[in-house]
Amino acid sequence: MHELALTCAIVEMAGEAAAGRRVARVTLVIGKLSGAMPEAIRFCFDEVACGTLLDGAALAIVEPEGRALCEECGREFATPDLWTACRCGSFALTRLQGEELTIESIELEEAA
Amino acid sequence: MCAICGCGEDHDHDHDHAHSHPHDHDHGPGHSHTHAPTNLVELETRILAKNDLLAQKNRGWFAGREILALNLVSAPGAGKTTLLERTIADLRGEPPLYVIEGDQATANDAERIRRAGAPVVQVNTGTGCHLDAGMVARGLAELRPCPGAVAMIENVGNLVCPALFDLGEAAKIVIFSVTEGEDKPVKYPHMFRAAGLVILNKIDLLPHLDFDRERALANLRRANPAAEVLAVSARSGEGLGAWCDWLRRRLAAAREAAFA
Repeated sequence: MHELALTCAIVEMAGEAAAGRRVARVTLVIGKLSGAMPEAIRFCFDEVACGTLLDGAALAIVEPEGRALCEECGREFATPDLWTACRCGSFALTRLQGEELTIESIELEEAA
Repeated sequence: MCAICGCGEDHDHDHDHAHSHPHDHDHGPGHSHTHAPTNLVELETRILAKNDLLAQKNRGWFAGREILALNLVSAPGAGKTTLLERTIADLRGEPPLYVIEGDQATANDAERIRRAGAPVVQVNTGTGCHLDAGMVARGLAELRPCPGAVAMIENVGNLVCPALFDLGEAAKIVIFSVTEGEDKPVKYPHMFRAAGLVILNKIDLLPHLDFDRERALANLRRANPAAEVLAVSARSGEGLGAWCDWLRRRLAAAREAAFA
């Protein structure tokens, strides 16, 4: 369950960026090949956010699909997992998308 | 001519690449924002940024002392501690070897390493399923490995969580025992992909098993075409000469790289 550690990091960093204001929404980008499960982060989020500036904040998660560039033939293609070869047979791939693990933005509540 | 299919037509293609187009144009100072909501703070921060920063500090600490740090990961029971015990015995202090032992609970493994003759600290992660860079930094403060040493970080037995956490190591080493399935590398691709070296362990048991070594290596290539592979038995000692040579070679490279 490394998602608990990830959720703690999300709440900590988003809380620092909020600089004392309450957070209404957090938007994350969790690629489909990132190794983290969005459902598990959702599961942890409310509990970890409890009592912080993120208490009650909405959690939006964008989940980019995997894409890779074949280093042999130069083809760009969709990768549903980390072990599918290019149709030319090569496993030497540059991952272009799907491994994101970022806090995209936070939305602050209007100042009181 | 159409630049995509070269068909001579000037048509619209459905162009379904899914990469995101970041919103990063410059706004001049006089340009009024109409994007709603106005209280949006763009962060674009890596979730693991704090761990990665601490890992870089550890990496600098190792480089400054010409220490080769290795992160040993595997499923529980693959033989990480036994391999370390044998390695300590075989190296006989040339080079010196230090160990950070990560487990959820108990100091059993640290006790085994101490008996084998190497300085060790035990880091218990409690309910945590992996070591992080901060835990390693605290372990180093206690262990104080000497310059020119090999620092082995034995991670919690787990092929999932430790894959994401950089500890500041020069390489991750996955211990893959032949009593596991040949499909382990594709079942746990994040971990195998992160490996610089894969050690196939318990090869003394091969005559008693149906383990298909070629199929296992083909699966490894699918997840990680570049990883080095060594086959050993920490029990019989087979292959450990090549492993000790690998360690000495990588230590020499790390010492060179420290001044590059």
